[in-house]
Amino acid sequence: MTQPDTALKRTPLHAAHVRLGARMIPFGGWDMPVQYAGIVEEHRAVRNAVGCFDVSHMGEFEFRGPDAQRALQRLTTNDVSTLGVGQVQYSLLCYEDGGIVDDLTLYRLADDHYMMTVNASNIDKDWAWVRRHLDGRVDARNVSEETGLIAVQGPHAERLVGRLSDVDVAGIEYYHFRQGRVAGVAGIISRTGYTGEDGFELYLPAAGTETVWERLLAEGKRDGAVPIGLGARDTLRLEMKYALYGNDIDETTNPLEAGLGWVVKPAKGDFVGRAATEALRAAGLRRRLVGFEMVERAVARHGYPILDGGASVGVVTSGSYGPSVDKYIGIGYVPTALAAVGSAIAVEVRGRGQAARVVKTPFHPPRVKR
Amino acid sequence: MATYPAELRYTREHEWAKVEGKRARVGITHYAQDQLGDVVFVELPKVGAKVTQLQTFGVVESVKAVSDLFAPLSGVVTEVNQELTQQPERVNRDPYGTGWLIVIELSNPAEADKLMSAQQYEEFLKTAGGH
Repeated sequence: MTQPDTALKRTPLHAAHVRLGARMIPFGGWDMPVQYAGIVEEHRAVRNAVGCFDVSHMGEFEFRGPDAQRALQRLTTNDVSTLGVGQVQYSLLCYEDGGIVDDLTLYRLADDHYMMTVNASNIDKDWAWVRRHLDGRVDARNVSEETGLIAVQGPHAERLVGRLSDVDVAGIEYYHFRQGRVAGVAGIISRTGYTGEDGFELYLPAAGTETVWERLLAEGKRDGAVPIGLGARDTLRLEMKYALYGNDIDETTNPLEAGLGWVVKPAKGDFVGRAATEALRAAGLRRRLVGFEMVERAVARHGYPILDGGASVGVVTSGSYGPSVDKYIGIGYVPTALAAVGSAIAVEVRGRGQAARVVKTPFHPPRVKR
Repeated sequence: MATYPAELRYTREHEWAKVEGKRARVGITHYAQDQLGDVVFVELPKVGAKVTQLQTFGVVESVKAVSDLFAPLSGVVTEVNQELTQQPERVNRDPYGTGWLIVIELSNPAEADKLMSAQQYEEFLKTAGGH
């Protein structure tokens, strides 16, 4: 049906997706599976059992050397000095004006050795940004192409990964990782994810990624394991109000209004964007990223105006049907005065204002390991 | 049930019409529901609304996409499938049965001649529609 687009990049699992009958779409320059059995069915499989996601398109940079920590303190907004070996930290790259270059996770592999995971569509931009701001005795490498990444997410993830691994994965805490083997392939087993469920992200050499993928799906049959496409990845993260770069955050939004002030640590010392975010904090926020549910029956979508008394006052950044909450839900920027839970707003859908209400987030209770 | 039942007429926009005398029941085809994926919302006209052949009469939304619905035939809407408000997934599960959308009282039954037969529609899918 769909003609292969040779300009699009392929992950190490591309052939496996085609064999599984996935519907492939272009995403951030990659030919990626959007769904296999169907988005809602896949969404429920992750909430109720376990799902395997190919996220090999994401980027990985390694930083090594005596000045690695100092360089990363300058580059990222969170406090790298609090990150121990074996831990993972959520953080941001910001522009001088406080706009967001990307959001990321940072891994401390050894005392002087870190790995940064960035969004697929931002790899080139981020790499150029990192290169421009690096100084000191640090060797940085873009290892995106040689690194595969599989997310295994859901309440049965621990038993599935545990059976295939030589590591006691039950002992890995949330936002921690261990180096070890899964299905005989050596990699990083990280207790992280983008779904709100317990689970792991497995960083693997590209050449071994398909072996692990096939073993997870075969061995995971009795756990209810199924492959999950980008469609369900999006509805799962939406129910958690996890920001998606390019939708909810970008170079025109700042971390504070996006609700990411908790990863901006001015007390640690200088970093790119520190002065701007401090000025924003002092001035007070004009708008905030909130979660809302539709009161009238309509689906809010990225880019739809948010209305107050008929006037456009904000914008929807993500919206869809949330299968686990069984409601039409969304995320968007509203003026600070309308950001409180319970605030009545409207979303303009095909020229008509449809009633909505700001609600507490996450929309669905997270079940990550605590 | 056949993927494209022979007793129906089809549009290039992937709607079907089941013409019975002066009336036609309308829905979207198996191909349309499959391409859309999980349908989560359907917006339909009210009973009494006028619809015009190949003009939009409503919207169907899946998790990822918003699609206009095009009337296969002109006339006045006499029935609307209210069940789809609570169970839009019927459009996926049973596109020719409980997933029907509206019934039209036809103003010009001869318009049906402009629609495709099941065989023509399948040919169309293999070429233009099958992208």
